[in-house]
Amino acid sequence: MKIVVAIKQVPERDAPIHIASNGKWIEDGDLNYTINEPDAYALEEALQLKEKTGTGEVVVVSAGPERVQSTLREALAKGADRAIHVEAVDLSSRDTLGVAQVLADAIKAESPDLILTGLQSDDLGLGQTGVVLAELLGIPHATIIMQVEPVDGGLKVKRELEDGWFQHVEMPLPALLTIQSGGNKLRYATLMGIKKAKTKEMKTVTASPAAGTPAIALERVYLPEKQKKTEMLTGSPAEVATKIVEKLKFEVRVL
Amino acid sequence: MSGVLVVMEQRNGAWNRMSFEALAAGQQLAAKLGTECSAAVLGSGIDSLASELASKKLTKVYAVQHDLLKTYTADGYVAALEQLLKQTSADYVLLPHTYQVRDFAPALATRFKQVLISDVIAIRHDSEGTTSPVFVRQLLQGKLNADYRHTATGPCFVSVQAGTFRAEAVEDGAAAIEAFAPQLSAEQIRSKPGEPFRESAQTVDLSAAPVIVSVGRGIGEQDNLGIVEELSKALGAELAASRPICDNGWLPMERQVGSSGQTVSPKLYLAIGISGAIQHLVGMKASKAVIAINKDENAPIFEVADYGVVGDLFEIVPELTKAVQAAKA
Ligand SMILES: Cc1cc2nc3c(=O)[nH]c(=O)nc-3n(C[C@H](O)[C@H](O)[C@H](O)COP(=O)(O)OP(=O)(O)OC[C@H]3O[C@@H](n4cnc5c(N)ncnc54)[C@H](O)[C@@H]3O)c2cc1C
Ligand SMILES: Nc1ncnc2c1ncn2[C@@H]1O[C@H](COP(=O)(O)O)[C@@H](O)[C@H]1O
Repeated sequence: MKIVVAIKQVPERDAPIHIASNGKWIEDGDLNYTINEPDAYALEEALQLKEKTGTGEVVVVSAGPERVQSTLREALAKGADRAIHVEAVDLSSRDTLGVAQVLADAIKAESPDLILTGLQSDDLGLGQTGVVLAELLGIPHATIIMQVEPVDGGLKVKRELEDGWFQHVEMPLPALLTIQSGGNKLRYATLMGIKKAKTKEMKTVTASPAAGTPAIALERVYLPEKQKKTEMLTGSPAEVATKIVEKLKFEVRVL
Repeated sequence: MSGVLVVMEQRNGAWNRMSFEALAAGQQLAAKLGTECSAAVLGSGIDSLASELASKKLTKVYAVQHDLLKTYTADGYVAALEQLLKQTSADYVLLPHTYQVRDFAPALATRFKQVLISDVIAIRHDSEGTTSPVFVRQLLQGKLNADYRHTATGPCFVSVQAGTFRAEAVEDGAAAIEAFAPQLSAEQIRSKPGEPFRESAQTVDLSAAPVIVSVGRGIGEQDNLGIVEELSKALGAELAASRPICDNGWLPMERQVGSSGQTVSPKLYLAIGISGAIQHLVGMKASKAVIAINKDENAPIFEVADYGVVGDLFEIVPELTKAVQAAKA
């Protein structure tokens, strides 16, 4: 099975939040970047599928500026066979459809049996790129997937529903799945893997310019207002503990 | 029709309650825009659901029925709604941000060369003289808000986050029911969905617990769980967790709080090393009191906390356990 995994590079979770001067994103001068968490699970699922079937290829694709190559390189170190960097410096001015189109262009040429994406990105949180990509490629999809099992004529996947429910869905290939975090245990790159990754193919293709204007526009970003008035308790750990106990006794009344 | 169309969600004849939050949002948006609001429900054998909707303040209720819509599939829903929208040509299509909507709405929007504005937490109408509303979404796991505007011609697709609008705010009225029979064929439906199931019997009922100590990824390692277990014991609390803790198998799944876990409303919810992602918040927002301990002052958990401590849980939690034990002694 030939599997393409779409990987997004995102700021680390503890990134400092300072709003950029254009008011549309955070200052990115000294951000550290990492793989989007569910994408790491998508990669893991792809690698396990390849191992299970004993044949096939895992190709990782990421669209973005040059820095995304480091994340692709890490995916190669974990065991992906090849990487495609879709070079685009203007992703933030494209909408979901625009980003999915860029990915579709790069992936179509590969004609994979299976495409895996994360279910949602940690930074934009759209939860859409995978589904839009499937629609653009004209292939079936399933979302929020925990497990993938190859069966005759296609796949059987375990889809998460709300409130702790699940369901199985069967579908033919080629197909696209958006992968949920937590379905597998993630592997680490071995020293050997890191060494090997240096010799693996990393192809760069240039994204075609955005076709038309985006359907939606981000106008500005800002820190959220608090929904509740939070009373901050300060002091040494012991002082804070005493203050909490007082609240538990006299305000919350659980002691 | 133009105006606003709300797409309701049902399974086996039972509503997903979030649909009524989307309905409230749709009614309010239509009122602001001075236009009309209608609603659609899809399925097979859904006459009674359509009648229920007909008692709401809506222009029309579209009962979209077909045998192939009996169980949800993305292919069936996208095809049926595409046809309905082409006929009704709504300006705004509102949906609840459920797992099902995440599954089909992005594809539906793509059919119209549009982009779903997903998981919206507020709709604002601030600029006088223009009718185009501002849709607020969260970025960076809730650490940042962003204003979005629809800039294209064509329908504007919006999904609203759980808890953003109040279902009780839905206005009653009377609406005409219009049957809509989409053209669907079995070959169009490429996937075969199975019956929903649960993994294991639930033996812990967190929803009844008066005090919950809940732990998140800030705990770092499984071996560190002892300090929150001790605090929980001192307080006579149930122990709960955010999803990554249960995903890792450090605590059983049944102790997970959030959209894919349990929904709780204790007198006290003590969140330790939990960032406060929306999927967690929907499970505990209804708590009477929330205390959060987190080293990041920007953590969104503080937005819903009554009391907050910015600091290292490894320093604070053991002190708190001691103080609680002393207070009880
Ligand atoms: C479809 C879907 C369903 C989901 N369902 C659920 C669900 O049901 N329940 C759920 O919880 N999540 C759910 N999630 C995941 C959710 O989006 C978050 O990823 C998750 O809640 C994060 O867990 P966390 O807060 O423990 O971890 P993180 O977001 O990693 O936060 C850890 C926090 O610990 C703090 N911290 C670190 N070290 C310390 C220290 N020494 N002292 C104090 N604080 C410290 C950090 O500042 C940070 O805020 C779901 C996601 C999706 C997409
Ligand atoms: N620039 C990108 N490059 C590669 N994959 C992406 C990119 N943006 C989004 N994706 C994929 O789409 C998924 C969902 O992202 P989003 O729609 O932004 O929530 C991610 O988990 C990735 O798998």
